[in-house]
Amino acid sequence: MSSVKDIDKGIVLKLYETMLKIRLFEETESRIYKSGEQEGFVHLYIGQEAIASGVCANLNKDDYITSTHRGHGHVIAKGADLGKMMAELYLRQDGYCLGRSGSLHIADVSIGILGANGIVGDGNPIALGAGYSIMLRKTKQVCVSFFGDGASNQGTFHESANMAAAWSLPVIFVLEKNLIGCGVESRDVFQCDVLREIGKRRGAAYGMPGFDVDGNDIVEVYLAAKKAVGRARKGEGPTLLACATYRQRAHWEGDIDVRDEAEKAEWFKKDPIDRIEKQMIEEKILTEDGIKSYRDRIQKMVDDAVKFARKSPHPKPEDALLYVYK
Amino acid sequence: MYREAIREAMVEEMKKDKYLFLIGEDIGKYGGEFRVSGDMVNIFGVDRVRDAPISEQGQIGLGVGASVTGCRAIVEIPFCDFMPMCADQIVNQAAKFYYMFGGQASVPMVIRTKIGGFIGGSEQHSQCLESWFTNVPGLKAVIPSTPYDAKGLLKTAINDPNPVICFENAYLYPMKGPVPEEEYTIPLGVADVKREGKDITVIATSYMVWKSLEVAEKLAKEGISVEVVDPRSLVPLDKETILNSVKKTGKVLIVNEAPIQGSTSGEFAAIIADEGFEYLEAPIKRVGAKWAPIPNPSVLEDYVLPSNDDIEKAIRQLL
Repeated sequence: MSSVKDIDKGIVLKLYETMLKIRLFEETESRIYKSGEQEGFVHLYIGQEAIASGVCANLNKDDYITSTHRGHGHVIAKGADLGKMMAELYLRQDGYCLGRSGSLHIADVSIGILGANGIVGDGNPIALGAGYSIMLRKTKQVCVSFFGDGASNQGTFHESANMAAAWSLPVIFVLEKNLIGCGVESRDVFQCDVLREIGKRRGAAYGMPGFDVDGNDIVEVYLAAKKAVGRARKGEGPTLLACATYRQRAHWEGDIDVRDEAEKAEWFKKDPIDRIEKQMIEEKILTEDGIKSYRDRIQKMVDDAVKFARKSPHPKPEDALLYVYK
Repeated sequence: MYREAIREAMVEEMKKDKYLFLIGEDIGKYGGEFRVSGDMVNIFGVDRVRDAPISEQGQIGLGVGASVTGCRAIVEIPFCDFMPMCADQIVNQAAKFYYMFGGQASVPMVIRTKIGGFIGGSEQHSQCLESWFTNVPGLKAVIPSTPYDAKGLLKTAINDPNPVICFENAYLYPMKGPVPEEEYTIPLGVADVKREGKDITVIATSYMVWKSLEVAEKLAKEGISVEVVDPRSLVPLDKETILNSVKKTGKVLIVNEAPIQGSTSGEFAAIIADEGFEYLEAPIKRVGAKWAPIPNPSVLEDYVLPSNDDIEKAIRQLL
């Protein structure tokens, strides 16, 4: 396990802030959603914060990411505006997608967020395309594709990984191994050794470096992503970064959960935010009061986002016909 | 030649924009399965004329991703029979990106594919699946029947900021026709009256335009005047030209190489029945393939696919 001593204190605090932003946003969203105030569905990122935060901390504004149905974490970590996100969850006009698409499709192309995707695995070819574009335009940008172990069984992963490696494209494939795809547990649909070392084995299969990291260890994720992003920027090609983590809530908020309670309890002990808070206190990076003030400040940011969203008007019916074609 | 006109369109546009590229199976070294791309890889290099692995979903997705990040992709799917394999990226990504993300970025890509039999290609290489993609808001589709139309429409499609599917035809690739030396384009959504007439309107697409013209020429000797209307563009569709023709003749035959049921012919017929009802002097008739996959030997293929005799018989029945 890595330690917060391995990286600069300023970066530790920045990473912690991002993880907290995600966690508090998601917990607030959970309360709002369960109260019945919003239409639609939400798929919460709670428990996986270290991955989005650790990876995106290595990205610049003009780098790209593709995200998933469980994408709030990715887009917050990449710098999305909390107000516009919340307004989109409320399906209001000031939302990122003008209130027409909701949680599943948050996007901010101006900061490289090429959209959260509702078709599992479809982000991989799009990330491949962004990588191809970077190569053609000869810039030093990179593209990160976030996807799950479930999605890695989709043919799109195979095709994208193969092409990215064949052409040495600057794509970082971040596989969030949370051991479940909606209601199918990964142990039932993978050969067990492959699942255990999916980064190493599947990376090797395509001819790219592949790593299996503790996805709930923010420092380990940050450092592994730093290497992978560095490789891509230098033109050394793609990397597969498999990050072991756990989805703390059900597939969609309010859904049933097929998983074993004892297994869940074990994983909750490895909560990425509990871990870093404990380490920061041990290493005297923050005191308990310091942590509380971070939490209060960020909760206020989230609350302001909710206020912004609630004030935003609903879309007009005829707005449904806008932007079919440019 | 039709295939040369298509190549010219791509070469001209790729010379203007260094971030416009072509990708697909066999389009590079091999010169294209229908010899459309030819020696383009020698002109533009392997980065811009990219031989792809057999990964159609990946290729289309690559096109989408590149087209929303400062480049533009032309993806060649050599047989429309392979389109079901990548229909997800076409329908759920390319067609939806602009709308779904509230207008943040459009997808200026072109997907070129071929439809059509009469090539002994058998069941999995001879289909006409264009109607699958004309029911998806966000996509556009063109279906050129001549070299002139192919070049003009493709140039417009390449410069359209939306995803456009260009349905080429296998049988038409070697067909010759006049193409201007000077640069020109054809707008989407404008049909072409390929032959003027007054007794009956035949609406035909792709290779069926040629067959309808052959039949019209033959019937002209008997004093029967057939007007052949080629929509050229399926989405957007030029309803006005179609309805003006129906107004003129009062009788309509729609000819499509695909099986009648579920083909674009039904869409044309419904528009005419709805908005041109007052002009009709007879029911709208359709000619298309018989309801079977396309078999290989000519004795079977020619039976299933529409023939000049089928078209002629239908015209006579209407008159």
